[in-house]
Amino acid sequence: MTRATKTYVSETVSRLKPSGIRRFFDLAASMDGVISLGVGEPDFITSWNVREACILSLEQGHTSYTANAGLMELREEISSYLLRKFQVKYCPEGEVLVTVGASQALDLALRAIINPGDEVIIVEPSFVSYGPLVTLAGGTPIPVRTEGTDEFKLRPQQILQALTERTKAILLCSPNNPTGTVLNKEELAAIAHIANMHDLLVISDEIYAELTYDENYTSFAAVGGMRERTILVSGFSKGFAMTGWRLGFVAAPEEIMQAMLKIHQYAMMCAPTMAQYGAIEALKNGEHDVEEMRKSYRRRRNYFVQSLNEIGLRCHMPGGAFYAFPSIRETGLTSEQFAEQLLLKEKVAVVPGSVFGENGEGYVRCSYASSLEQLQEATKRMRRFLLQL
Amino acid sequence: MKLTEKELEIVEILEKNARLPLETLAKMASLTTEEAAAILEKLEEKKVIVQYAAIVDWRKIDGHEGVTAMIDVKVTPKRGVGFDEVAERIYRFPEVKSVYLMSGAYDLSVVIEGRSMSEVAHFVSEKLSTLESVISTTTHFILKKYKHDGTVFEQGEQDRRIVVSP
Repeated sequence: MTRATKTYVSETVSRLKPSGIRRFFDLAASMDGVISLGVGEPDFITSWNVREACILSLEQGHTSYTANAGLMELREEISSYLLRKFQVKYCPEGEVLVTVGASQALDLALRAIINPGDEVIIVEPSFVSYGPLVTLAGGTPIPVRTEGTDEFKLRPQQILQALTERTKAILLCSPNNPTGTVLNKEELAAIAHIANMHDLLVISDEIYAELTYDENYTSFAAVGGMRERTILVSGFSKGFAMTGWRLGFVAAPEEIMQAMLKIHQYAMMCAPTMAQYGAIEALKNGEHDVEEMRKSYRRRRNYFVQSLNEIGLRCHMPGGAFYAFPSIRETGLTSEQFAEQLLLKEKVAVVPGSVFGENGEGYVRCSYASSLEQLQEATKRMRRFLLQL
Repeated sequence: MKLTEKELEIVEILEKNARLPLETLAKMASLTTEEAAAILEKLEEKKVIVQYAAIVDWRKIDGHEGVTAMIDVKVTPKRGVGFDEVAERIYRFPEVKSVYLMSGAYDLSVVIEGRSMSEVAHFVSEKLSTLESVISTTTHFILKKYKHDGTVFEQGEQDRRIVVSP
């Protein structure tokens, strides 16, 4: 009868903090008339041609497993897409793997390279999964703080300060969730230099690569000499508005790919077959739709970020993704207090910056993947909220 | 005429929603209000933007449901003016909403709106068919509009996404 004090759950998992987003989800979901700027996914429905291709595959009875690495036709499309868009060359045979969302690709990458105790450098603030995934893979996440005053750019100096003998890899995310910050070619080259000097791998999460608005996007794998050090993670969720399809991919040099494939074989078998057929269509004929969505996000970004600044929430113009990350420091509230009061008083849901890492404190994440009417109304309510503080 | 990137941006935004306040329009295109106003003035002056009109679902308005017909018209073109002269004779009638010169089995596609079927029938038999150049007409009445000028009339506008997600 000693069970009451003991747990069946592993110590590693017990020690993981539950995602801070959960609490806000519960609160916001219990209320009516909420305008949610808390959604981390596109407000577009997947293009009809992609849905139609998936339906057709079902009609034709494509319901069995695919090859572990994914349908060859899809891998070939991914390979030519990466070459066409980002000028990086990956062999569809041995260097591309289709995954269950970019999330699984990240998990595979980390599990494939981490020895117990290895350190992985993680930008902060960043996507909530990075730290826990490193921990679950047996590694130690080492957060590197980026600063709002520097538009949350990852600088070489910050990485150098975090390096130890155990550093194995840097986990990059550009454009970043929640800051929307994009690293340009020069900034990536500076990081590449460190990777070279210290023999580091770079896991580059490029899931938002299709959604950049000001400059041409540079993939980390396209930076000189970096292809062999890069595990390129991406997918269809954001750019192609296919979140629910759970389809991503990873491209890497053959040795690492073989390691990831081994885990994938045992843990997943393959990504969903019907989703893979949809993805082939997305890559073949989706460019125009992606361009239209990109334009729409850009217009809403321009409108919303300028409006936030006008009502007194200082916010840099994010180069990509669909998030604005304004500072709420001047209100004197913590980001949790701000988000909670804004939700209760004005029924606008935003995500406290602190869930994305300690130095997300003082900021909130607002997704502008909502209709212009909703953004206008949200701005109005936020203005009223600020005036009443 | 060649438009600048910003001018094109303004046209594209307005084509989807012509009723945006100038300030919002300017913000969306990353322009000052004055710059946006100047672009609008130019586009209007050059007739790039021809008209700002609402898309109305007349079926919703009791007593004004009306009928729309698309009429395929075969005509004899005239030396020197081709189809232009007869097209103009047709589009001058106010009940004619659009006139297009078509390739294929007939020459002009004419869209007519009227209060009732008999009103449209009257127009076709009295005004259209009697024109000298008109050889024949085929009238198709529209039974229901699902999508018009890129806008779907009845759309369930619910957001299916979960309220907060990472």
